[in-house]
Amino acid sequence: MNKIIITIALALVLAGCSGNWGWYVVNPTTDAGMVNLKFMLSGLYYTVLLSVTAISISIVVGLVIALPALSKNRYIRSINRFYVEIVRAVPILVLILWVYYGMPQLAGIAINVFWAGVLALALSDSAFEAEIFRAGIQSVSRGQYEAAHTISLNYRDTMRFVILPQAIRRVLPALGNQLVYMLKMSSLVSVIGMQELTRKANELVVTEYRPLEVYTILVLEYLVLILIVSAGVRWLERRMQTDERG
Amino acid sequence: MTSSEAENIIRVENVSKSFGDFQALKGVSLDVSLGERVVICGPSGSGKSTLIRCINGLEEHQSGDIVVDGVTLSQSAASLREIKARVGMVFQQFNLFPHLTVLENLTLGPIRARKMSKADADELAMKYLERVRIPEQAEKYPPQLSGGQQQRVAIARSLCMEPKIMLFDEPTSALDPEMINEVLDVMAELATSGMTMIVVTHETGFARRVADKMVFMDYGEIVEMAEPEKFFTEPDTQRCREFLEKILHH
Repeated sequence: MNKIIITIALALVLAGCSGNWGWYVVNPTTDAGMVNLKFMLSGLYYTVLLSVTAISISIVVGLVIALPALSKNRYIRSINRFYVEIVRAVPILVLILWVYYGMPQLAGIAINVFWAGVLALALSDSAFEAEIFRAGIQSVSRGQYEAAHTISLNYRDTMRFVILPQAIRRVLPALGNQLVYMLKMSSLVSVIGMQELTRKANELVVTEYRPLEVYTILVLEYLVLILIVSAGVRWLERRMQTDERG
Repeated sequence: MTSSEAENIIRVENVSKSFGDFQALKGVSLDVSLGERVVICGPSGSGKSTLIRCINGLEEHQSGDIVVDGVTLSQSAASLREIKARVGMVFQQFNLFPHLTVLENLTLGPIRARKMSKADADELAMKYLERVRIPEQAEKYPPQLSGGQQQRVAIARSLCMEPKIMLFDEPTSALDPEMINEVLDVMAELATSGMTMIVVTHETGFARRVADKMVFMDYGEIVEMAEPEKFFTEPDTQRCREFLEKILHH
């Protein structure tokens, strides 16, 4: 089995040397290749900025949407269900197109590509964040609320100092997942002309006619970016665990 | 129940409470005077925990009156706030905040609810940690402590709110046997300081030593109420006698 895999891998590498691949377009030792590489990497800024802005907003919105789900009142709870079910049902790409092309007509305001992307991604993600927070908050035992009750904490202080710190710690792996997901979904914003990694690659493909090499580099860009983010999230998780367990 | 109403810091009158079809309390009445120590025992599901949880508003009673230190417990947020400020509670499962240090567990209430400065709250917390004899654990997190230590921290956390009344809901039931006494000693010391206490427990030794009044509950009713001496030697009711035999004879 191993031999077969090695043979296939070798065949691929050798094929790469045979002239079917045109690595010169992204060869950092030539001026032209270097220019192309820098062009591709310049999309990194917007990919990261877009994802981080969108997830920051969606975390706050998600938290606000999660809180009604904990209410004893059925009607207040249904606010949460309504939002989550509706938003979760719309594909992200459709939401991006609707926000960028549709909403200006509806609201009569122009929205730039960046904020359209942020809005669409944040909106879409907020439904998932809300579900994550709901699960996290519900995992904190009733005894914690009761203890907060007996030391006269009001609802706000109970959430802020007792429940949420524990809930967030528990959902950190899930939040990390969402960040990775967001980084990947930001590639969809390329369809409305956002100058992020995928858009840059598309533009380069149009001028160089080397989709295989350019998109391979694009794959590597996302891979490295997401591995770094994953490592960061794991580090943060470990740090918050030791806080609690000493 | 000969004491006049004025002396009663807690007055529970004909209180009923149901969970769905299950009636946990069936018209329970209990008076507790200032500084009195009441120990409640009874089989599980008899309503003893529900009763004390009603007294500090953790459970809503459906009929009857609960008056704590002159404040009638009602649906209004103001009455609940008043009563919470007067009543402390210790739980079977400690319910410490695992993400906060022992000191932070103790100071959270004083700082947020009593609006004390951090320095004052720290000083208060250390005072009570010394009283429960674990000042050296102040910077640790609850999961690092033994069960007995955690329960003593929980008692100190309640005391930091300087309540007039302390409720204990089976405070030693979740503890390993060798840790029970360290908690009971702290509670006994608290009793000698004049704190009004209602304790749900089956620790008969503690009850004999500390209680002014013993209460036996069964099926949501108070079946027997007497001084410890009479309660343990010659209870009036058959049900109480049978229960005592079960918990004393092994």
